Amino acid sequence: MIRLQNIHKSYITGTNKLHVLKGIDLHIKEGELVSIMGSSGSGKSTLLNILGLLDNHDEGAYTLNQEEIKAMSETKAAKLRNNLLGFVFQSFNLISFKNAMENVALPLYYQKVARKKRNKTALEYLDKMGLKDWAEHMPNELSGGQKQRVAIARSIITQPKIILADEPTGALDSATSVEVMNLLKEINQSGITVIIVTHENDIAHMTDRIINLKDGRIESIIENNKINSKETIKIPQE
Amino acid sequence: MFDRDKWQEIFSTISKNKTRTVLTGFSVATGIFMLIFLLGAGRGLRNGMTSVFAQDATNSMQIYGGRTTKAYKGTPEGKRIQMVNEDYLGFKKSIEKLDVISAMSYIPGAEIISYKNNYGNFNVSPVHETYKEIKNFEILEGRFLNEKDIKENRKVVAIQDVVKEVLFPKETAINKLININNIKFKVVGVFNQPSFDDNSREIYIPITVAQNIFNNNDHLQRISFTLNDISVDESKKVEQFITYQMAKRHEFSPEDKNALWIQNNIENSQQFAGLFSAIEMFVWIIGIFTIALGVIGVFNIMMIVVKERTKEIGIRKAIGASPSSVVGLILMEAIFITAASGYVGLIAGVGLLEVITKFDLINKIYPPAAIYFLNPQVDLGIAIGATIVLVVTGALAGFFPARKAASIRPIEALRDE
Ligand SMILES: Nc1ncnc2c1ncn2[C@@H]1O[C@H](COP(=O)(O)OP(=O)(O)OP(=O)(O)O)[C@@H](O)[C@H]1O
Ligand SMILES: [Mg+2]
Repeated sequence: MIRLQNIHKSYITGTNKLHVLKGIDLHIKEGELVSIMGSSGSGKSTLLNILGLLDNHDEGAYTLNQEEIKAMSETKAAKLRNNLLGFVFQSFNLISFKNAMENVALPLYYQKVARKKRNKTALEYLDKMGLKDWAEHMPNELSGGQKQRVAIARSIITQPKIILADEPTGALDSATSVEVMNLLKEINQSGITVIIVTHENDIAHMTDRIINLKDGRIESIIENNKINSKETIKIPQE
Repeated sequence: MFDRDKWQEIFSTISKNKTRTVLTGFSVATGIFMLIFLLGAGRGLRNGMTSVFAQDATNSMQIYGGRTTKAYKGTPEGKRIQMVNEDYLGFKKSIEKLDVISAMSYIPGAEIISYKNNYGNFNVSPVHETYKEIKNFEILEGRFLNEKDIKENRKVVAIQDVVKEVLFPKETAINKLININNIKFKVVGVFNQPSFDDNSREIYIPITVAQNIFNNNDHLQRISFTLNDISVDESKKVEQFITYQMAKRHEFSPEDKNALWIQNNIENSQQFAGLFSAIEMFVWIIGIFTIALGVIGVFNIMMIVVKERTKEIGIRKAIGASPSSVVGLILMEAIFITAASGYVGLIAGVGLLEVITKFDLINKIYPPAAIYFLNPQVDLGIAIGATIVLVVTGALAGFFPARKAASIRPIEALRDE
């Protein structure tokens, strides 16, 4: 599903050049549930944004769903994001003047789905999230957990192949975090690849694989045993 | 482009930011309001002036005798120049390009005109039949004086509609005999004439009758004529020609500006035409200026809108909004604000003009100006044109901010707080 070869990314601020990703090689298979860990500033978000076509890489090869991602037009990228990808952010990123249902329905608007059908589908997804009664509420009337569930509903309404979540539980208490993680696991079980950036160990341990980033490189990849949670550590060879 | 969702999007932002929207809209509405109102007022002024000056044919001239201000050939200054029939006949024969010519004499004394028990004080002007070509009369009933009336000294009269109202409030006037200084005249026609003042109450009788019955002389008060196909320059030559001819006959200096008074309507009407274009131009400049200010306002606001909505634009892009859909969103908002407020301005401008006309406001505020202001209207073409210009400029004002919004990278937009 996702294949990265020697990905480099630098940010240029004024005269400074900050080398953030220093050669990432990674293969994520369809249907995997993967987490990315690492200290602050290690480049987790940068990596996820590149995976999500929100940002472009400077060097290396990125293959997404058998398609080589090079410099592509923003229109093409928007289309791929719309059809293939779903995003869940730490700060939810709901549109404040739209109610829950309209927020969930918005990706379908960009697929030119008729309004009635859109809203109906959005209600179904909100129902799955246990938020049917909150459909007409505005984001500022929802709790953090509710907002994140609305955001998750929005991310999966287009039935994407990949969900990218940047610290989806970062703004939530532990009980709510577990709820959100369970939702993401459920989504994964339906066959969707899920990639979660987190720095909480217990969240990471709910995933199949943990990719540890350090200073722009993959330090280690931990395969979790799905059945008995026995950890095996695999250090990639240089 | 015109799908409901997009409109819903626009309305939701507009209604969330009422003050901002109202302020932007206000500047645009003021601009278009000013343009429409000024154009309408300019048109009204033109209509008014034209109707006032339309009482004389635009290709006409009038000559009045004056008083000399220069001594000439032994005669001291201050001599009164009295025009006579000979002058009329002289002009009739000698002026090139002459179309029609008419003299006007006068009758002395109080002019009490009566019919049965109705009477009034009206202005009696003895003229030739050709006078109707020089003044813009509208014959309502019967006819004006004719050649035979003049030749045969018929005691006939053409009366203005207001005179008819006084003398014949309830009956027809044609063929009735009215008393002018105790002499009976038969009414042959009723007319209407555009005039400077609403108090004009004119009666016309054959000039020959007046000279024979009332005056016993061949004095003339004025001579009026029209010219065919004449330019302003040519008309000035005619003025000169007349001055020389009169100077010779009446022995005054041709350099004396006060011996004759010549009203040259050919020149006047051209000057008025120039004045009107100048006024119209001025109006356009002001109007366009105010609209431009409004458009700059829209531009500024849209820049702010894009800034404020950066995060939202980022979210939209992350979930699949293409750059063109983002451009559309911002652009439509700008167009909507300009078009809607422009429409309000248009309605307000046209409405004010209507109110002025309907309630005759000028007449109530400053009556002397009222006759110079008639039917202030903006023609449909200009109204539609202005609206189109507005929508186009609104779109332009929105375009650059929209393009800016579309070019923001999604990740930068999302990072914006
Ligand atoms: N747009 C940018 N311009 C300049 N530098 C940036 C930009 N985005 C990120 N960086 C820098 O790149 C480095 C990696 O950032 P990144 O957001 O990927 O870290 P992270 O691993 O997600 O950290 P955190 O856990 O704090 O979210 C940081 O040093 C950050 O300051
Ligand atoms: Mg981060």
